[in-house]
Amino acid sequence: MRLSLEPRARPAQAMVWLSPVLAAVLSVIGITILFAVLGRDPVQALHTLFVAPLASLDGLSELGLKATPLLLCAVGIAIGVRADVWNIGAEGQFTVGAIVGSGVALAYGGAGHWWVIPALLLAGVVGGMAWAAIPALLRTRFNAHEILTTLMLAYVSIQLLGYLVHGPWKDPEGYSFPQTKQFEADAMLPVLLADTRLHIGALFALLSVPLGSILLGRTLMGFRIRTVGAAPAAARYAGFSRNAIVWFCLLLSGGLAGLAGICEIAGGNGQLTPVISPGYGFAAIIVAFLGRLNPVGILFASLLMALLYLGGEGLQVTMQLPIAVTGTIQGMLLFFLLAADVLINYRVRVRVPQAAGTTQHA
Amino acid sequence: MHETEIVVAIAVATLRAATPLMLAGFGELITERSGVLNLGVEGMMLVGAAFGFIGTVATGSLLAGFIIAMIAGALLALVFGGLTLTLMANQVATGLALTIFGVGFSALVGVKWVGTPLAGLATAIWPHLSAASPIVQQLMLLDPVVWIAVLVPFAAHWFIYRTRAGLILRAVGESHDVAHALGYSVLRIRYLAVLFGGAMSGLAGAYLSLSYSPMWAENMVAGRGWIALALVVFSTWKPLWLALGALLFGLVTIAQFQAEAFGLAVSPNLLAMLPYLATVVVLVLISRDATRLKLNAPAALGRPFHATA
Repeated sequence: MRLSLEPRARPAQAMVWLSPVLAAVLSVIGITILFAVLGRDPVQALHTLFVAPLASLDGLSELGLKATPLLLCAVGIAIGVRADVWNIGAEGQFTVGAIVGSGVALAYGGAGHWWVIPALLLAGVVGGMAWAAIPALLRTRFNAHEILTTLMLAYVSIQLLGYLVHGPWKDPEGYSFPQTKQFEADAMLPVLLADTRLHIGALFALLSVPLGSILLGRTLMGFRIRTVGAAPAAARYAGFSRNAIVWFCLLLSGGLAGLAGICEIAGGNGQLTPVISPGYGFAAIIVAFLGRLNPVGILFASLLMALLYLGGEGLQVTMQLPIAVTGTIQGMLLFFLLAADVLINYRVRVRVPQAAGTTQHA
Repeated sequence: MHETEIVVAIAVATLRAATPLMLAGFGELITERSGVLNLGVEGMMLVGAAFGFIGTVATGSLLAGFIIAMIAGALLALVFGGLTLTLMANQVATGLALTIFGVGFSALVGVKWVGTPLAGLATAIWPHLSAASPIVQQLMLLDPVVWIAVLVPFAAHWFIYRTRAGLILRAVGESHDVAHALGYSVLRIRYLAVLFGGAMSGLAGAYLSLSYSPMWAENMVAGRGWIALALVVFSTWKPLWLALGALLFGLVTIAQFQAEAFGLAVSPNLLAMLPYLATVVVLVLISRDATRLKLNAPAALGRPFHATA
């Protein structure tokens, strides 16, 4: 028996949405094998990963908390990728958004101004946009590809954060820990549900779904974005400015990532530390693809990915597994997704040699 | 005498810092010359670093460690090849997946080895190193892997421009349809180039964990894989330029130690930004001339190939 791929006459729309399901199923099988190899009970591991976090209100609110930055970053990344603009340094814009927003919170918090929270959120967005403006300028003015520049700037931003919390912004009363002062209460985001940590950042994230969908599907800018990505020659012929779209996509995704960053701090610990993200900006790339570069799909994908983070923490506590398990599973999920995606444009053809001439489609 | 020592120390440190960039960059250069863009260098280097370290501790042999690292890097590259070449998945997305997976997987398998002490390559080869004079000590730090990295650009130049295999490689990378029509197996050649790239990344990673700083730590490659990728663009896919770029970056990387040696009080965080900022600057300088970049880049870079006849 021989397997071969043959192109479909047109992409199979059903496979676009079946492929993530197939990838999830394959990942569960992969996780089972991974844990068997590690000598751990796969059933217990799967339960800890996928069931235990959802069994309580507390778990569900933590899920929303972790999905918030993933969703915000992924919507921006996805809109960019639709236009063939690859912002893979959302982690950097997230970090700079957190830094700039925290600067506002630390400077103006505690005086009872009503505008502190709006101001720090705005500062987060502006910080993220400013950080993303650098690769946009380098791309449009100097032709330097954003894949590498956004990523390099992510590394720079993490060092910038380290510099600030070890140096000028270090809390003098922090027992020499590298961290800033604690935000005052009036600079902390309001909580949505009493007795949980779920903050209003989750609302911004939810709002990004319809807004992203409307932008992509119902506006001229969205049409331009999709055209530049799908048919660059047609877009050029129509006179769509490639540079304007690069700017738009990078500023948009940078702003969303910056918002995610400041929400993570002002809705969470309320202070900057050397590590403020378990790689949300990078995981959001997986979320964007898993969600089919579509805001509604991304909502579900961000919940699944948040579940992996929560479950990974659970594995660390109950089975003493390193937190790196999460990254391994995330990477595996993306592998399976990319493999399953081949079925969108190709079908598998099975040839049975002993019965030449008879072929069947799968 | 003192000045000679400083000059030798800087030269040695530069070469050592350039070695992983040279090795991984060269592997990626060959991969890209075949028309495949593998953004997973960072992930393959990390897996190489982890498996090289574990392999050495487990077998007690550094050579075995390096070989295991190369196999590990090549196996991860095989996953990339399977997805992008056989299943025609998007190369950019798959490369990113490879890096995300490599970061997590290397941390997962390496977790038990964090903090395990290991004698580095130089100490293993020259056990009486500490008794030698400072300059000799420095020179002895140039271990065989560094020498391989020094020879690699010349070997690569010869291979790409002077051999039949190099010509075929270039043909596949420039126009897979023409190469296919001429009867060359595009996929087989690309698989070989991808596997070679993976093995070189694995070697580069193992150099970091077995020689440069003999230990295993999570994420210890710290973006060098991405810098190597940028260097390939900088080199306009020419091995000798790649070597020059790697040396330049070696010099920038060790700026931190130089600053300390000269008593400059600059935050280590700010100095650690330098290689990344330098990468951006170099990319800007080289990309500014869009025509030149386009003329030099393999024409089929990143495009999937599906034989229709």
